[in-house]
Order: sequence, then structure tokens, then C-alpha cells
Amino acid sequence: MIDWIERQRYIIDFTLSSLLRRKVKNFGLLALYTLIVFILASTMFFTYSIKKEASIILSESPEIIVQKLSAGRHDQFPLSQMETLKKIRGVAEVLPRLWGYYYEGGLGANYTLLVPPVTTNKNGIEETTDSITSVENKENAPDNPDKPLFQYNDTKLKPGTIIIGQGIARTRNSHVGDFMPFRAYDGSIVGFEIKGILSSESELVSSDLILISEQDFRSLFGIGNDFVTDVTVAVVNPHEVSTVASKIVNILPDSRPITREDILRTYESIFNWRGGMMIVIFSAAVLAFVIFAWDKASGLSAGERQEIGILKAIGWETSDVILMKFWEGAVISLTAFFSGAILAYIHVFFTGSLIFEPALKGWSVLYPHFVLTPFISVEQLATLFFITVIPYTVATIVPTWRAATIDPDSAMRHSGD
Amino acid sequence: MAFFLIIMLEAFILALLIAQASLNISSMQGALKEKKTLVRSLKLTDLCLFTEARYTRHLSQADLNTPFQDHPLSLEHFPSGSFTLPTNLISKRK
Amino acid sequence: MIELSKVRKVFNADNPNEFSALNGVSVKISQHQLTVLTGPSGSGKTTLLSIIGCMSRPTAGRVRLDGRVISSLPERFLTDIRRKTFGFIFQQPNLIKGLTVLENVMLPAYPLGESYSLLKAKAIFGLDSLGIANKANAKVEWLSGGEAQRASIARALINNPSIIIADEPTAHLDTNLSFRFMEIIENFKTEGKTVIISSHDPLVYNSSLVDRLIKLRDGQIEG
Repeated sequence: MIDWIERQRYIIDFTLSSLLRRKVKNFGLLALYTLIVFILASTMFFTYSIKKEASIILSESPEIIVQKLSAGRHDQFPLSQMETLKKIRGVAEVLPRLWGYYYEGGLGANYTLLVPPVTTNKNGIEETTDSITSVENKENAPDNPDKPLFQYNDTKLKPGTIIIGQGIARTRNSHVGDFMPFRAYDGSIVGFEIKGILSSESELVSSDLILISEQDFRSLFGIGNDFVTDVTVAVVNPHEVSTVASKIVNILPDSRPITREDILRTYESIFNWRGGMMIVIFSAAVLAFVIFAWDKASGLSAGERQEIGILKAIGWETSDVILMKFWEGAVISLTAFFSGAILAYIHVFFTGSLIFEPALKGWSVLYPHFVLTPFISVEQLATLFFITVIPYTVATIVPTWRAATIDPDSAMRHSGD
Repeated sequence: MAFFLIIMLEAFILALLIAQASLNISSMQGALKEKKTLVRSLKLTDLCLFTEARYTRHLSQADLNTPFQDHPLSLEHFPSGSFTLPTNLISKRK
Repeated sequence: MIELSKVRKVFNADNPNEFSALNGVSVKISQHQLTVLTGPSGSGKTTLLSIIGCMSRPTAGRVRLDGRVISSLPERFLTDIRRKTFGFIFQQPNLIKGLTVLENVMLPAYPLGESYSLLKAKAIFGLDSLGIANKANAKVEWLSGGEAQRASIARALINNPSIIIADEPTAHLDTNLSFRFMEIIENFKTEGKTVIISSHDPLVYNSSLVDRLIKLRDGQIEG
């Protein structure tokens, strides 16, 4: 047993000094390999985390959203049809949503304007649930997890006031108390006072939001009181969501229900491998990998063959040579795997995917600053290990089988270097 | 045996990072909860990842033809649009 | 004692370029002696040495080492016998570049897994007895021809073989270094090792140290 360990040690020692002898080539290889692992791991960490986060956050999204379609386009939903929906068996509650986009020409930014939903309280009085304003008020209780995140405070949404997301505040350099001008549908300029800014923790969902009162929303976009953007439907029995959804289509053929399942499924398949950028990243990585696996597998250089000949002549068995090549592959791929994975982790979770950011941003002027929750699993690392370390190590060993055909006496036969 | 030291060190760092990740997940529960509450109370449906176009901002709400209707070349959607699929949830519905 | 009976070696069998290097060689080589194989180039000296040294197997015939038939053993056993019994000195030093002299000398012992300190002491001792201990940590590229050969001799001795095989050892040495080499061979003899040399250098085969001279021509023993 001790002999066995010593033998491995000697052979690893030899492998390492062999690798060091071809410094430029092997460090280049290591760097390229690390880069590939880094890219694959970054993509993996990023997409997995964002999917996981989406599935957690969006599990709170409405059970069913009903849009009206007109000529293939999303159209305003007539309030009158809400009553029709309410009559469907299994429907617990139907609530209107008012939201839309506003394009700010000066900045080239798109905002999402949203009217906080209205519910009826026990007394039958309508009140906005703009509990909403998770205004930055950390000074109140920074460490208290039970702090009421959404509170009325004095930031209650009154006509003429808005609450904006962090992304907008950052892009516009706006502060509470500033007035923000909007060009209404009829060309008039309206100013709203910024009453609060949504928390930076929630930027992943709220960065470009502008919360606005219903009255302001309607007058800004010229939407009549009979219409809303779409409606949300809550069902009595969560198992009946799809039944209710198909009933809705039957009763309102021009409507399109989107269930929470649909939303979650959309985010499950976001960053699918077929997506353009993903396919570019993956194919580049795979291609690079194939190239050097090919380089390895296509054989040994004359120098390597000669060296193997010498080793066999001085008493190394074929198995010792294969062991040496195995360690050679293992040393490079393990080092690359760990370095790549560590760098990727730092890249994704500490620097906020610095390298991906330009691509992710696209042409958005407003890009949320978000810190991803590091959802990372051992399975992910294991997958990464199997798609990088194993094939490379195998590709290193394979041509060595052919080295078994190098006769030990080849060292006696070659003359001159 | 410097190699083993390096590998051990790297494995250790990776283990530390994973440990840090799980710590981080628990420390971020507050922020997660906040986002969930915001989604529930404002009835939000999407992540604010790409703000440049309707179908990238509200991926799940995009109507059937959105990804291809704004501009024949869809230039403004290139990088982020290319990450995501055109409303695949539609194709799965009958 | 090494005993060869009717050994034949054919290269590229069944090909147009088939050629027979040894044609029925039968010879006995005694222990503790210096045996020299001589003959023109292409006479089969190197092939015979590689068969004696368990580096290759004969196409036909038998090889016995101390009474045991070794010509039919599988590679694994052959390697084991080779590294414990034989030490090889090649025409070229065949040192591995980029490694130090010490590492090169220790190389044959790596697969055996001895303790490092013991192995290193042995290697240093070997280098010292050949007068190049001061070069132990030098890279082999920096050695002179004579030093490189002595390093390769030290390597051949690291597993303490009982039989030393040298193939044209003086081919790349000048006269002075060739004499130095023969002095080393003399030491081997006094240590009781069996030495087999192939050479067509008169300085070697006319040496007074030679116990037996075997002449080869066209793959057969002359006379």
C-alpha cells in the first residue's frame, strides 16, 4: 500500500515536472481550459440562480390574468366583462389591473406605469392596497426582519404623486420631492411629485416601476373609466386553475388567460439553451473544447513518443505511462475546473456578472442592479465536473493506448536528436 | 507536492464559497420576502430584466405575435431578445 | 546465465519490406564476464541485445535466463524482469530533457515506489562513484557528452542490476573518454556484474578486459 502511494507520488512528480518543462504550452492550455470552465460555470450559476429566484418570487403572482385580444394584439379590457368573469363557478375574486409603458424620449428609457390594485375592505370602502411603498426606510429598523416592509407611512399615493423604482431614480438622478414631467396622450405636459422610491432590494421586480394613482393614469393615457389593462382572477380551489382558465376562454372567446403556471413556465425556460446568446456561448465553449480534446486525442508529438520510448526502455510499463498521462490530464483539468468554478462564482455573485452585463443589458437604458441570491447546488458542480474534467482526462489517456505499441527498444534504435 | 496543496486550497475555497452561498441564501431571505410581498401586493407578473421592449419586459404577458411585430429586423431586441424564447407558453397552449 | 537457442527475429513480417535481423542464433553467455558482440552495422547486434535484455521478443526460438524461459512471458513480467535484472547503456545518452541529472537517474525506479530518501541517496552515490555528483541538480541539456553518458550509466545502475547491457557505448566518445568508459566497465567486472557490450570499436573489442568475443554477420554467429 505504501509502495502504491509512493509510486503515485513519483509518477505525479514526474508528470508535474513534465508539465513544467513545456511551460508556455501547458499554461496556455490551462488558461484556455480555465476560461472555458469559467464561461460555462458563469452561465450555469447565473441562469440557475435567476430561474430559481424567479420561481420563488413569481409564485406570488396572480393565479390567472385575463387579457383581451383584438386582431392579435393586447387590447384594453372592458370593465363590463368583469361581471361575466365573476359569475364563473370557482372564481373567488376578479380585480382590475391598470398598467402600461411610458417611453421617455430624452433618456431613451422605458418605464412601466402601474396603478396599485384596489381592494374592498371589510367596511366595504375601497382602499388602495398601497401598503406598497416599500420606501427606503432602513433607518427605522435595519436589522428587524419583522419590520413592515410595506406601509402607508406618509407616502400614501394621492393623485399628483408617484412612487418610482430604484432604476428610474438612478437613471434620472431623481430624489423624493422632485417633480417628474410626463407628456400625456393629448400632448400636454403633466408633472408628478416623487413621493417615494421603492427599495433597492426589490429592484429585480421593481426597477422600472412607477406607481401612479388611477386618476392620473387614466388622464395621462386617455383611458376611459370603462376600461382597464387586464384583470386578475383568483380561484377558490387552487387545483381548478386550468379548469377555470378554459371556462374563461369559452365564455369570452376573445380573451387570453395567463395562469401562474404559464408565468412560472416562461421563467423556467428563460435562458433556454436555444436562445441566441446561449447558443453562441455554448457552441464557442464546446468548439474550443472539441479542438483541444481533438489535439490531445489525435496523438502524441514526436517528442512525446520518443520520451515514452525512453521511459519504456528504462523499465516503465505501459500501465505506468498511462498512469502518467492520466495524472497529466487530471492535473490540468482539476486545476482548470476549480479555478474556473471559483472565478465564475466570484464573477456571478460578487461582481454581478460583470462580463455578461453588457449583453444582458442589451439596449435597455434602465437596467436593474440586482444581487443574485447564490442558489448553487452540488449537482450543478457535479454536472460541470462531468462535462469538463472527465472528457478531457479521457481524451488525454486515449492516445496513450497507442503508446503501448512503442517498443521499448525504439530508444536503442533512434540515433541523434 | 505543490500541486496537491493548490488543488486542496482551491477545493477548500470552493467549499467556502458554497458555504458562503448557503449563508447568503438565508441572509437574503428578507430581500426575497420583500420581493415576494411586492409581487403579491402589486400583482406583478415578471422580472424586470430587460426594459427595452414590451415582450422582454413582460415576457409572460407578451401577446402571441409580439416578438416579431415591432420592427422587421428587431434590432432593438438583439442581445436580450436573443436570450429568451418568443413566448413559448403560447405554443404549449391549445 | 543467459541461453539463446535458435533465436530468429523478423521485422515487418508478411510485408514486402520483410527483413530478417537474426537467423537462428544459439549462444550461451556466462555470468560475471565481459562479453562483446561485434560485427558490421546491420549484422543484428542491437537486435540481439534487445532480445537478451527482454526489450523485445524473438520471432522464433527460446531465451532462458538462469534456466527460466523468458521469451514467452507477457509484457508485464518481462518489464519486471528487465528493470530488476538489466541496466541499459544506449548509444545515445537518451536522457529526458528539462529534468535534472538527479531526476533522470532516479527515473527507472519511480514505478517501484521505494522511499524517496533512500532512492535519492542511491542516486547521489551512483553519480558520486562516476565523479559527477556535482552535476546532480543541473539540467541535462547543460552536460558535456561524457557527462551525459555517465549520467546515463548512473541511471542504468539505479536498480542495482546484475547484468549491464551497452549498445555501441563509445560511438559518440573520443578516445580519451572511451578509455574512461572502459575503466568504468572494469569496475563493473570487479563488482561481479555480467557485462554485454555490442561494439565495432577496436578499442573495446581488443581490450584485455574482454572475456569473450562473439562475431555476428548477417544475423548469424561467425566461427
